[in-house]
Amino acid sequence: MNAPRLTGIFALPGETPQASRRSFLKIAGGAGAGLVLGMAIPLRGVSTGAIAAASETLQPNPFLQVAPDNTVTVIIKHLDKGQGAATGLATLVAEELDADWSQIKTEFAPADPVKYKNFAFGVQGVGGSTGLSNSYEQYRLAGATAKAMIVAAAAKDWGVPANEITVKAGVVSHGDKRATFGDLASKAAAENVPEKPALKDSKDFVYIGKSFPRVDGKAKTTGAAKFTIDHQFDGMLIATIARPPMFGATVKSFDANEAEKIKGIVKVLQVPQGIAVLATSTWAALQAQRAIKVTWDDSKAEKRSTSDIVAAYKAKLDTPGISARKDGDVEAGFKSAAKVVEVDFEFPYLAHAPMETMDCVIKYDGKSAEIWTGSQLQTVDHGTACAVLGLKPEAVQIHTVWAGGSFGRRAIADSHYVREACEIAKSYGKPVPIKVIWTREDDIKGGYYRPIYVHRIKAGLDKDGNIVSWLHRIVGQSIIAGTPFESGMVKDGIDATSVEGASTLPYAIPNLQVELHTEKTGVPVLWWRSVGATHTAHATEHMIDILAKESGRDPVDFRLAMLAKHPRHAGVLKLAAEKAGWLSGQPPDGKMRGIAVHESFASYVANAAEVSLRDDGSVKVERVVCAIDCGIAVNPDVVIAQVEGGLGYGLGAALKGAITMKGGVVEQSNFDDYDVLRISEMPKVEVYIVPSAQPPTGVGEPGTPVVAPAVANALLAGTNVRTNVLPMNKQKYKGQS
Amino acid sequence: MPTTFTLNGKKTTIDADPETPLLWVIRDDLKLTGTKFGCGAALCGACTVHLDGEAVRSCQIQARDVEGRDVTTIEGVTGNVAAAVRAAWIKLDVAQCGYCQSGQVMAAVGLLSQISKPTDQDIDKAMDGNICRCSTYHRIRAAIHEASTTLPG
Ligand code: FES
Ligand code: FES
Repeated sequence: MNAPRLTGIFALPGETPQASRRSFLKIAGGAGAGLVLGMAIPLRGVSTGAIAAASETLQPNPFLQVAPDNTVTVIIKHLDKGQGAATGLATLVAEELDADWSQIKTEFAPADPVKYKNFAFGVQGVGGSTGLSNSYEQYRLAGATAKAMIVAAAAKDWGVPANEITVKAGVVSHGDKRATFGDLASKAAAENVPEKPALKDSKDFVYIGKSFPRVDGKAKTTGAAKFTIDHQFDGMLIATIARPPMFGATVKSFDANEAEKIKGIVKVLQVPQGIAVLATSTWAALQAQRAIKVTWDDSKAEKRSTSDIVAAYKAKLDTPGISARKDGDVEAGFKSAAKVVEVDFEFPYLAHAPMETMDCVIKYDGKSAEIWTGSQLQTVDHGTACAVLGLKPEAVQIHTVWAGGSFGRRAIADSHYVREACEIAKSYGKPVPIKVIWTREDDIKGGYYRPIYVHRIKAGLDKDGNIVSWLHRIVGQSIIAGTPFESGMVKDGIDATSVEGASTLPYAIPNLQVELHTEKTGVPVLWWRSVGATHTAHATEHMIDILAKESGRDPVDFRLAMLAKHPRHAGVLKLAAEKAGWLSGQPPDGKMRGIAVHESFASYVANAAEVSLRDDGSVKVERVVCAIDCGIAVNPDVVIAQVEGGLGYGLGAALKGAITMKGGVVEQSNFDDYDVLRISEMPKVEVYIVPSAQPPTGVGEPGTPVVAPAVANALLAGTNVRTNVLPMNKQKYKGQS
Repeated sequence: MPTTFTLNGKKTTIDADPETPLLWVIRDDLKLTGTKFGCGAALCGACTVHLDGEAVRSCQIQARDVEGRDVTTIEGVTGNVAAAVRAAWIKLDVAQCGYCQSGQVMAAVGLLSQISKPTDQDIDKAMDGNICRCSTYHRIRAAIHEASTTLPG
């Protein structure tokens, strides 16, 4: 039985883009004669910028507005944490509207689970590289709708047939008549909202498929882009929290005497998350956090070391787990095999460590609340705030703002950092704005890690070196169990995110079984850029090279022979191999070369890596050639940027990323002992996009998981050392050959 | 105790605890939020500003140390080097989440002000302390080279 396939990391049953497209049309069609399609503005007196626009504004749906000043404001339903959501969604509107790129502005949508839901989740939020794919038709239709209304208004105004009117780069024209969108906005607003506006044929695209600048490029080089931490209000207090040293420990008692002596400290409060300090300045809040003396009750805390957890997981490898996929009969396959190879793999906890640590700004007056944060799951954060504050949904407003990275960290089922801000505001009880910030130490020690996993792959080769049997056993903690997503994503005991990439192995192997043991720890875990693929891609793709080596076969040929039914895997593999010069001979002098291919989030990526060893034996990745097939590349330059960045993110973790615990206490604290990729370690990267007419699929995550096995395969080829324990700085590669 | 220094070309007096890191003086007291907090420990470069023209980590400089000195932040950095760096950054669309980029731009301007035609090794040396979790490093390197082509040698 195959594990359920995911369209996104929170995919809920019964929510398909198709079904939801109908509901969008219903909403759009329901507007009938007017332009007013009730944008919810929950709080009085709250400026929502262009959303509260004048009635001359054309606003045929919740996704855009065309103002008399000729600006087109695209309402971005997803958080933009660097992946380019704002640019991508604006592109779709600009395309169908035939707007000029310079007239496009973007604004983040308010929290609204109906209007702004992600079709892959059923609620508002983004993740699983679904941002563009779930919006592809929706935002194009939004643009097409507005364009049809503008054209209808011009036709009436000029007394000419609508089908003779042309629209190009924001100019509407017929013969010698010309008008801008702004000129026509108020008249267009009186037109009927068309039910089924025609979408362009892809050959007529002027923006989609072309590279052009991001909407946020300038603001992010002048310091103008405003992140959560940059919000400042009169009378605002800054809050930090003294947090437990072990997961699951709680406050027994505390002594705030020293902390209260610090100038600027206003209040010390106990909240469920620890001891909160409220101060008039960030510096005071940071000092006080350290000065608080807390005695912790660790009776229910996780006290194991990571080495204990790994050992406990490894012990499970000898017993069968729950089956996530079963083809043929693996035992019979092993009996028939000429050679059996068995390899165990270990993957550590990983912190996301986004550049902006967790933070949240809240204004709460007892009756209503406003929250500013880089909210990735708006519906979940909104619901949490309402529950903690005891307020109705319409009394709580979430302002989504630019986020300084996430990589999964801001998509949290328990909304813990919004929750604690609400707890502090409620407990403090005064109507002043409060900004809760996390230090880097809070972030690194704070959990929500990529879980520890151990794998065992046992494979049988026949006398010709073909894989005849493959048993893949995975042990790890479920990311989904205990969250509201459990009912949709854990089926028959299998958390799809624990096995994706392994249960979907594309290679033609007659006897194949994938099994899962789901374990519990007291450590909170979370999706980390590319989720299950962070470990399954490495285990499977490194194993394939180990087997190719055993069989004396070329890694590219070995894979292609098993990919006849998977042309998109084969396509990227061949493209990367060709561009890396794989087909035309040996790697450059002294370099080792390895290749890997993996599909995640419906996009296909191959990496060919050139690797060398420094004098101290550490691994230096010199060059990586990437090929990606992500369907239509809406903005190829954004796709390339995501693949480059995803690769760097994956490489940093592969080389040196590990969170370890001793007696339940996390041993790392900041970027000195949880080091991340630096510019001197970034390889030269070349990205090639497979031309495609398929609908677009994700690009934020699929670039991340393929680099580790590609580098490991290079090291295997060059040093004969297997990289079965990550990170790579735990291995010795020198002196082997 | 009041401290007086020049901030982005303007004489500025603040009354902060003399041990307050310059980072928080700039952000909290002077309300210039382009300079970012990333680690508070000289490990990430997000807080990079120029002190008397040199790139420094503002999280490690105390308010009392800037008395009489010249501080420039991302909001105030001007001149041909800064213009070249910004133009290259925009041309190559370096920024992703953008959170680290104030620090990257300040570090790059610092580098190019000293070495107008840096080698890859020069870039590694000057920029290795500036973390970008979005890993825009590939483009940062390219943009520094790009900016350098527009500067007189
Ligand atoms: S915040 Fe100063 S170096 Fe990181
Ligand atoms: S652009 Fe996101 S951390 Fe650098």
